[in-house]
Amino acid sequence: MKTVVIGVIGADVHAVGNKIIDYVLSQNGYNVVNIGVLSSQEDFINAAIETDAKAILVSSLYGHGEMDCRYFKEKCEEAGLSHVKLYVGGNIVVGKQDIKEVESRFKKMGFDRVYGPGVKIEDAINHLREDIGI
Amino acid sequence: MKPYLLVDFGSTYTKLVCVDLDGEYIIGTSKAPTTVETNVLDGYNEALKLLLRDHQDIKSISGISACSSAAGGLKMAAIGLVEELTVEAAKRACLGAGAIVKKVFSYHMTKREAQELKDADIDIILLAGGTNGGNRECIIHNAKKLVEVGVDVPVIIAGNKDAIDEIEEIFENTNIEFHIVQNVMPQLKKLDVTEAKHIIRKIFIEKIIEAKGIKRAEEQIGEIIMPTPEAVLQAAELLSKGFEEIEGYGELMVIDIGGATTDVHTIGEGFPKRTEVILKGLEEPFAKRTVEGDLGMRFSANALLSLVSDYEFKKYFEEDDNCDHNITKSLDRRAKQIGFIPITKDEEEFDSAIAKICTDVSISRHVGHVEVVHTPLGDMYYQTGKDLTGIRYVIGTGGVLINSKDPKKILQQVNKKSNKLLELRPSKPSILIDKSYILAAMGLLSQKYPKVALKLMKQYLL
Repeated sequence: MKTVVIGVIGADVHAVGNKIIDYVLSQNGYNVVNIGVLSSQEDFINAAIETDAKAILVSSLYGHGEMDCRYFKEKCEEAGLSHVKLYVGGNIVVGKQDIKEVESRFKKMGFDRVYGPGVKIEDAINHLREDIGI
Repeated sequence: MKPYLLVDFGSTYTKLVCVDLDGEYIIGTSKAPTTVETNVLDGYNEALKLLLRDHQDIKSISGISACSSAAGGLKMAAIGLVEELTVEAAKRACLGAGAIVKKVFSYHMTKREAQELKDADIDIILLAGGTNGGNRECIIHNAKKLVEVGVDVPVIIAGNKDAIDEIEEIFENTNIEFHIVQNVMPQLKKLDVTEAKHIIRKIFIEKIIEAKGIKRAEEQIGEIIMPTPEAVLQAAELLSKGFEEIEGYGELMVIDIGGATTDVHTIGEGFPKRTEVILKGLEEPFAKRTVEGDLGMRFSANALLSLVSDYEFKKYFEEDDNCDHNITKSLDRRAKQIGFIPITKDEEEFDSAIAKICTDVSISRHVGHVEVVHTPLGDMYYQTGKDLTGIRYVIGTGGVLINSKDPKKILQQVNKKSNKLLELRPSKPSILIDKSYILAAMGLLSQKYPKVALKLMKQYLL
């Protein structure tokens, strides 16, 4: 069973969506390590190291995700987690912006998969299966 | 009358407490210098002689239990993966078992680190790393390193279950004694130290006692059942929880200021008390012990000046203290003369100031703290560690508090309003003193006679 780390980054306390992600991923055969809300980049990284996670799924709903995710990939590399897939999703930028542009910005920051508002977790599961298997 | 004897082989003194199990009172106490270098029984016999001289009504002893912190106590090394996670979990397992954590290693051990560990004066090594199903590679690497340098003390393996088979193979064909127990952190941030603590105690009883020359005592007094700090922790837990119909004191804290270290024990969940506070970090043990190796009255006195400046030190003197203390010199004197006993008023005042610093700093490190996070939904708080604001009793023990004229004044540092406002210190605790020096003894007694031990603590802690 593959392990994934999920959580809500930054000063964001949106707990409900995170619980849904936890539930759906677990139902679909992943070992989910949920670090909860108000999580720092270091929390995600430490959790991924100890649990040997294959992917980190970062959620953000309050609009400041772009700031919170800055240099996340670099820190992962520093911590020896270059092989770990990075996903980000939610309401990840300020205001309404073109998702294509947002996606390219986050990809430049090192994220492998980027989801804007309205995307279902099921879509991410398909990508997870592609990227890390089951 | 049914006298029961409780023995504590301490680092400096062998202390005896004699309890009447029938009458449920303390018949008497005595002490004599610990004699590990020659024959540990000499010190014990000396103390026993004093006890029997003062209490001639003791005709026979119905049973004996003993604990020990002699010859430097139980010294351990903790190895894990991430510092905040399995390393911390491993440390807590050691501390909870009454050990002093002398060496700590994280991530992949280097040859140098492994050699450093081998050369260090350590009694037991605890090897952790990875949650169950998590990282296997690091703990396997570290196990190999331990075998490569050929460590000569028992190794307890308490890490990722998935790596156990391989680790077992690594150790199997060596002379290293190894024990495999449950992972100290089976899931992320979940702490499970019960099995690790159990095996630490078992090794302590079977092996360490012998290595430290205390085994000889067993011929006369039976098994030495635990390290002294664990006895204190057990006493605190019993006093907190109560037993059968006798009510306990609820959440409480014990501070033990010694010559070399200051130990703080708290019994309580310490969960956040408000809804806008979110708990962070590794799960906290219900009975938590921290040990500060740089806070002590004698051995470690010189370390104090690296913690507080001269100027800050002076703030710990009483207002009516007019003596112009030479802080550096007075500390150095105490560090050099371990057996120093204050005689003049100025010397007493100085000791009292050291004790206040030990209390203040050790509490600051032991309690949890909160940090504010400004979120679009308003201010939220992270809590790391235990919220101990609701602690009802703070119990002081250790020579300096017991011999002090005003021990409660020293312990008032516990709820000192400091500039570190976000520390979750006890806010309105009642302060009790272990005047008769019985806490460790009651922890021992509680193994067989919890009810008597509880009654006596309620009676003798004032």
